Amino acid sequence: MKRKILDSIIEKIIFICGILAIIFVILIFGFLLKEGFSFFKECGITKFILGKFWYPTSDPAQFGILPLIIGSLFVTVGACIIAVPLGVMAALYISEIAPQAIKDILKSFVELMAAIPSVVIGFVGMVTLVPLVRTLFGVPTGLTAFSGSIMLAFMAMPTIVTISEDAIRSVPWQYKEGALALGATKWQTIRRIVLKAAMPGIIAAIMLGIGRVIGETMAVMMVTGNAAHIPGSIFEPVRTMTATIAAEMGETVRGGLHYRALFAIGLVLFVITFLVNFVADLFLGKSKRK
Amino acid sequence: MIKLSPKLSQKLSYALLFLATLLVITPVTIIVFIIVKNGASAITWEFLTAMPADGMRGGGILPAIVGTLSIVMCAILITLPIGVCAAIYLNEYAKDNLLTRTINLAIVNLAGVPSVVYGLFGLGIFVMFLKLGVSIIAGALTLSIMELPVIITTARGALRSVPHSFREASLSLGVSRWQTIQYVVLPNALPGILTGAILSIARISGETAPILFTAAAFYVPHLPNSVFDQVMTLPYHLFIISTQIPNMPKNIIFGTALVLLIMVLSMSLVAIIARIYFRKRRKW
Repeated sequence: MKRKILDSIIEKIIFICGILAIIFVILIFGFLLKEGFSFFKECGITKFILGKFWYPTSDPAQFGILPLIIGSLFVTVGACIIAVPLGVMAALYISEIAPQAIKDILKSFVELMAAIPSVVIGFVGMVTLVPLVRTLFGVPTGLTAFSGSIMLAFMAMPTIVTISEDAIRSVPWQYKEGALALGATKWQTIRRIVLKAAMPGIIAAIMLGIGRVIGETMAVMMVTGNAAHIPGSIFEPVRTMTATIAAEMGETVRGGLHYRALFAIGLVLFVITFLVNFVADLFLGKSKRK
Repeated sequence: MIKLSPKLSQKLSYALLFLATLLVITPVTIIVFIIVKNGASAITWEFLTAMPADGMRGGGILPAIVGTLSIVMCAILITLPIGVCAAIYLNEYAKDNLLTRTINLAIVNLAGVPSVVYGLFGLGIFVMFLKLGVSIIAGALTLSIMELPVIITTARGALRSVPHSFREASLSLGVSRWQTIQYVVLPNALPGILTGAILSIARISGETAPILFTAAAFYVPHLPNSVFDQVMTLPYHLFIISTQIPNMPKNIIFGTALVLLIMVLSMSLVAIIARIYFRKRRKW
């Protein structure tokens, strides 16, 4: 009898832990919403999203995050242009072409890559990539959106490679055998059959990579120069939404307008990453159902 | 346009894919090489065990090491039991209904929230609302929520890999559901759960943004006495000395980066090797 009661108590605890994830998401969203809305009430949401100037400490303060959104967009698009083709190609090589022993080593490498802290990557970028960009392109400073894109591409790579690799590996072997039996070469099979069948999973991998890039903070703050203005080219300094929160939160008055403005940026980031992950999850579901 | 023969085009494409793979893995090699080469000379017994001196331009990094270890240990102690229980619920109890789908969506979403947004949340709820102040415990709670989806996902994978017949054999002997989980499922899933936990520890050791406003201090001249103290941490210390302090000796920055890198990579490597070992040893 005692056993039964104990069991039921434990099962209740397990259930509560199970739904905790939902509670946390609601709590995070609610908290951002509360602070964000009290900011929007004072400053207006359109002025916030479309305002061209971010001068949080001048008088009167201006809280327009358009330059920050464009900054995030610049580095994200740049990172994707580099990381997506390379990542998918590497995933194809690892899952379809590499011999088993090399496959294991390469996969461990990719996993280690994901473990390197973003401050370490940012620091190495500062001392190697930034001076290189400056001399190579003859720009006044190497702290540019371009440098940020390269660092972020590198950081998105593990996500893109691992998840694409999963998707490619889960393509049914019958598909491949069918193509090979018809006389297609191995490469023709990979390009026309495997790649197509794995596409939903690869798209999910790309979306998750984008999510990672948009949310990345430290490395981006260290190499992009943090100038809150609308950039004319990728060889100018930019400031992302994440870097703004990280750099300015320390100087704000707790509960003040600037403090709440940073929470409002957090809200924008939360909504963007929620949508990106939601779409990625839809594609993942699609690729699993096959 | 010359039409390549299928054989030749296969060779060329393979070479291209191989090149892309090389491009993906070289940066990690370069980063590790640069840090080891420039940082190795800084690592001495004194560097690891002394307080910073001379405005952090000299001395050691002991408080940062201790700070990181204490936050990470607290975080994993909080998140591991909760995450494993959640995984047990999802894998052993949950039916395929709206609630389960909502939980899954919540986990996916938690995993995607940017780390700096976790920092904001931790600041709002733990530091301000619960009045824990900027402290080890506030940082650990923030990190534990951030790591929860990862722990749940890996633990769930480990539970799922325990064959169904194990559960059926136990249940058919009249053992209750929870006892079956406790004595049959969990022991068999333990290696997988633990390797996942080690990977998580490695990952959160290097996190900076979530503890930026919840736990990290610019400079603390003593070791923490309780979980309510502010601490220096390795990643935040690295960030400060590489961006905020002028005339910082280069070898101290590289040395700090090397210590952090060794901590993170050695733990990850242990987890990866353990996983390969357990997978090979598994009898089913």
